[in-house]
Amino acid sequence: MIRRSLLFIPGNNPGMIQSADVFNADGVIIDLEDSVSIDEKDSARILLKEAMQKLQYEHTEVLVRINPYDTAYYEQDFEVIKDLPIDAILLPKADSISIRDLDERLAKINSKIQILVLIETALGVEQVFDVLSSTKRCAGLMLGGEDLCVDLNCKRTKEGMELLYARTRVVNAAKALKKTVIDTPFTDTLDEEGLKKDAMFAKGLGFDGKASINPRQIEIINEVFSPTKLDIEEAIMVMEAKRQADEKGLGVFSLNGKMVDLPIIKRAERIITTAKKIGLIKEEE
Amino acid sequence: MKLNKPAKAGTYESNDIMIMLFPNPSLEIELESNVYETFGDQIKTLILSTLKEVGLEEVKVKAVDKGALDFTIRARLLTAIKRGVEHD
Repeated sequence: MIRRSLLFIPGNNPGMIQSADVFNADGVIIDLEDSVSIDEKDSARILLKEAMQKLQYEHTEVLVRINPYDTAYYEQDFEVIKDLPIDAILLPKADSISIRDLDERLAKINSKIQILVLIETALGVEQVFDVLSSTKRCAGLMLGGEDLCVDLNCKRTKEGMELLYARTRVVNAAKALKKTVIDTPFTDTLDEEGLKKDAMFAKGLGFDGKASINPRQIEIINEVFSPTKLDIEEAIMVMEAKRQADEKGLGVFSLNGKMVDLPIIKRAERIITTAKKIGLIKEEE
Repeated sequence: MKLNKPAKAGTYESNDIMIMLFPNPSLEIELESNVYETFGDQIKTLILSTLKEVGLEEVKVKAVDKGALDFTIRARLLTAIKRGVEHD
């Protein structure tokens, strides 16, 4: 599953829901939480149910962000979405207790729905490894920078230094467990340069993708989190050199004067796998 | 099923529909739509079949459609019904 870009869609907006497949996001997150007012929670739930029974998304994964475990809406959300054809639930303000509860509920009905956790509290950051490793159903995490900054009582800036500790900590925990790690949205939807810079910084730290709150951000996010043409060419060369070395029975080999070892081969394999999944190279290449 | 009070759901945004329900001695539908000529009958049929499905007959439905698809019409109607049958 490729998750370079995950686009939030307000759960009570039928126009966005019916168009969700055309934004080129790898996944859409239909939101029942922050983007839906308290008076419209019932309406969003029913709209989601009717939409999922009618619409078929061919090009995008479907996630639903439910309301937090400690709210009255959590159980009502779960009762509606548990039988819907969705890929994953995004669990907000996740911690050890809330993920255990959600996993148990899904296990009880033999559901194949995955869980992605939204790490957006100081406690969630500190518990991230335990949360991620608590169930195989948990496919990864998303960092929620806005709420985290509220919890940390600090200002959210475009530079994002206030999130550096949280970002590096969640990346390390996710990578240690081989799970997906998605960066927080960049909230200034008019600042494309800022978005690109922020996405490149996140990619440099090890994030696999980035959340988005506006369809116009998707193209930039997908571009940043896709392998470049040069990455792909180098990866193909590495794999070809490996094939030749294997034929000669060589364990270690060099390419263009540099020794190629296991980490370089793994990286090349990962680039080629990703490039194939997003259609940058054909399967038979 | 009986409607206990007037209720509404939806918005006037494009791709949506505003559904208003009023307790009424008989079933009545008043539809306003920017695609009335092409889809008016289809929308009314959908509203009727949804009301039949939940067993609600004594109701006046006032609907202002802004190009909603079937799933949205059903969802807004079901939401309005849910709100209208709830007791305060």
